[in-house]
Amino acid sequence: MKNPTDIKEKVRKNLIWKSVFRRDYRNTVRDRAQAIFGNIFLHLHPVQVREGAVKLRFTWGMGGITFFAFIILVITGVVLMFYYHPSIDQAYSDIKDLEFQVPFGVILRNLHRWGAHFMVIVVMIHMFRVFMTGSYKAPRQFNWGIGVILLVLTFLLSFTGYLTPWDQLGFWAITVGTNMGAATPLLGYQGPFSEFLHITPFNDVRFALLGGSRVADNALLRAYIWHCVAIPLVSVILMFVHFWRVRKDGGISKPQTQK
Amino acid sequence: MQDDKELMKGHHEEKAVHGTTHAAAGQAESDSRRQFLNRVGWASLAGFLAINTAAFLRFFYPRVLFEPASRFKVGFPADYPPGTVNSQYQKEFGTWIIRLQDGSFFAMESRCTHLGCTPSWMEAQKKFKCPCHGSGYYITGLNFEGPAPRPMDRFKLSIAEDGQLQVDKTIKYPGIPGKESGEVYPQSLLRV
Repeated sequence: MKNPTDIKEKVRKNLIWKSVFRRDYRNTVRDRAQAIFGNIFLHLHPVQVREGAVKLRFTWGMGGITFFAFIILVITGVVLMFYYHPSIDQAYSDIKDLEFQVPFGVILRNLHRWGAHFMVIVVMIHMFRVFMTGSYKAPRQFNWGIGVILLVLTFLLSFTGYLTPWDQLGFWAITVGTNMGAATPLLGYQGPFSEFLHITPFNDVRFALLGGSRVADNALLRAYIWHCVAIPLVSVILMFVHFWRVRKDGGISKPQTQK
Repeated sequence: MQDDKELMKGHHEEKAVHGTTHAAAGQAESDSRRQFLNRVGWASLAGFLAINTAAFLRFFYPRVLFEPASRFKVGFPADYPPGTVNSQYQKEFGTWIIRLQDGSFFAMESRCTHLGCTPSWMEAQKKFKCPCHGSGYYITGLNFEGPAPRPMDRFKLSIAEDGQLQVDKTIKYPGIPGKESGEVYPQSLLRV
């Protein structure tokens, strides 16, 4: 017991340790593989990676970095929710509270804000790379489609998050954004044929987005729910389809000359 | 499902004892019944999902709104001096009550026709100026500078039974590019 190796041995033989890790780990090819596919968090990742797949100058690692940004946003976002009320009376002062009073509030808020900008930028670079390397071609067309939906969801997350501080910037962004919905043909009250179809400010798509005819309480609550719950949920599901299909379609794309 | 298949298999074997013709007929009957039930099942599921999707979409359109009324009273005509813009109702109702030099009244929506921001009345320059992209309008709502594509919209203004001015936002007179709304919609002007 006095020897550190004895303690290590004792911990390894402990029932709790064994129930978590199930088997001993020796640094062999088999055990390294086992560590990947025996772990729910790692099993989406291939056990072995082809040499060409790690060529950073080819992939730029942008897909992985996008996912990394998403994880940062989920963690900081959940923590920020503890101090934020989605109501027009409190939202703005809650942001001030986070900025000036809450311990580590300013770093959390800024991580979330800059992380959001970062994710939008890297997701576009990811798409650019996939396009330039032709990685959307057969058999990856379906995954390109999923990727396009994920891009739109990323923009929507960014857009709905914009309103949450309830400041002038967000308020007018949502005003202008939903007015674009109002001007959409067949969907909005300002679009073509709206009079013929009896589309009014009280039954068009803008009304559904805002939960009313003006940017007010309901609009803030709706943006908040879309931002924090609904869109992330759909995004996560599609992300796993996206990662799964990367593997099923032959692994991460690599230079044609590489094995 | 496994049990069903076993049963079907037993059923067919029983038929086979009686002769191949019967067995074939039974097989065909069973197949068409199975196909029918299959279709009924899928159609029910599709119907269920369609109704739920419709309900989900309808859910986003509330029946009751906790918003300011679209018909509201704005005081007596005598409260308004000629040649003034009243911004008292701008914040809550998004409406200006304007009295021109000739004494006529009209109600105008405080909403820029460019992208929907709220312009401000500049008393010194006698114009509406939008803070977003700099659109400018005369007191009548006619646009003369900036990106605004048309004059601002007017609402129906009338005299209520108690003699107060009343705005009805459900009746709208949309601005026509390059035209004075007072000339296009004489009914938008109220003369007391």
